[in-house]
Amino acid sequence: MITAIRIEELDILLNDLFTRYGYDFTEYSKASLQRRVQRLFTLDKFPSFAEFRHRLQHDPQYFRRFVEEITVNVTEMLRDPSFYRTLRSTILPVLATYPFIRIWHAGCATGEEVYSMAILLKETGLLHKSLLYGTDINPQVIERARKGIFPVSQMQKFSENYIQSGGIHDFSSYYTANYHLAKFDNSLTGKMIFSTHNLVSDFSFNEFQLILCRNVLIYFERGLQSKVFKLFDYSLENFGYLALGAKESLRFSPIADRYRQIGKEKIWRKVHEAG
Amino acid sequence: MRRAKLMVIGGSAGSLQVIMEIMSVIRPDFPLPVLIVLHRNSIFESNLEELFASRSQAIIKEVEEKEVILPGVIYIAPADYHVLIEEDQTFSLDYSERVNFSRPSIDVTFRCAADVYGTDLVCLLLSGGNADGVEGLGYVKERGGLTVVQDPVTAEVPYMPQHALSQVAVDFVVAAGNIPAFIKGLAFLPPV
Repeated sequence: MITAIRIEELDILLNDLFTRYGYDFTEYSKASLQRRVQRLFTLDKFPSFAEFRHRLQHDPQYFRRFVEEITVNVTEMLRDPSFYRTLRSTILPVLATYPFIRIWHAGCATGEEVYSMAILLKETGLLHKSLLYGTDINPQVIERARKGIFPVSQMQKFSENYIQSGGIHDFSSYYTANYHLAKFDNSLTGKMIFSTHNLVSDFSFNEFQLILCRNVLIYFERGLQSKVFKLFDYSLENFGYLALGAKESLRFSPIADRYRQIGKEKIWRKVHEAG
Repeated sequence: MRRAKLMVIGGSAGSLQVIMEIMSVIRPDFPLPVLIVLHRNSIFESNLEELFASRSQAIIKEVEEKEVILPGVIYIAPADYHVLIEEDQTFSLDYSERVNFSRPSIDVTFRCAADVYGTDLVCLLLSGGNADGVEGLGYVKERGGLTVVQDPVTAEVPYMPQHALSQVAVDFVVAAGNIPAFIKGLAFLPPV
């Protein structure tokens, strides 16, 4: 019989982590967090909650593992091909009119979406005047994103997505395969800046024409979602775009009345500055 | 027996027909919320709600994150997301790794529902070709929820219910044809 982490114990843990490391997970959705914490607790075979708690408080190395394991880092290239089709057909032609394009991928995990965007920009002749910022709370995944190396086994799926999203070239021309790894072209990585950034506690660091944050807000409680929406609003130029995950919406957010949705995709355009 | 406050139905290959039959007994006055976690293939990706709506007068909708769970509503797990349930009886969506090669995973939702609803939960496991849902059903049982499995003899793909029967001391095994009536009886049981 496996010891179950109770919700009160989870609260204790989250308070510890905030006090000890300054990472605030207290406004994350509890059901998902509890599931991830339980999984880690079982995986690492702790005999009791007390020992788990002690290890986390006194072993910063283990805390890093904790952050990596409890945050969800599942992502893929050109996920939801119709979303990328809309980017290509509707959003990029508008961005093309700017002398310089700044894009922020917030919570980018291992960076697959940043690479997807770079491919789109390259094919529309915009990459040379673009900068793509990829940020995540988790330093390990940012390190992987920076390298641009992904398992070759995923390339078939990515290639299918690429074709469905309106890609016209041979997807394999963007990477070099070596045994089981695929390394993406330097012409793409040259326009990317990866850095850690915590949406809970860190501030705006630039102004963007496009911010993408897909399948991140589902892990936050409403209050935190509102805070993050305000951060995005502050970081977005007037008439800039905000893109969310397939099941996320701006609808209940405090900034909703100043944004207009683009068609059926989860893309909103900022139509008024904050008053 | 207490009246349940949530019903979760898990199904995979071969379960669609049974779910269609269940729909016909779920009317707007149905006293509890119903959540359907179905392994989908791309064929009914988009029109599952419409398909079900042709059979039931109740509100049928895809689960939205942070949504309050209401009785008389039939909720469908969206393709490619796990459905979780918060302490305050709202839904959360989760895009983490597949479980039993599945997202949505029936195990994930059964477990989460059992944590929140405990003895106030009914879970049904229908026809299917993999073991997703079995472990979760065991957990529901452990937490005092009511567990029901489609009789494998009447299942198009018997593996899933069969596996459940071999692993979990389920409360009821019901033939496909009797499931709608069983559910109706369960829901309109006078509270004790």
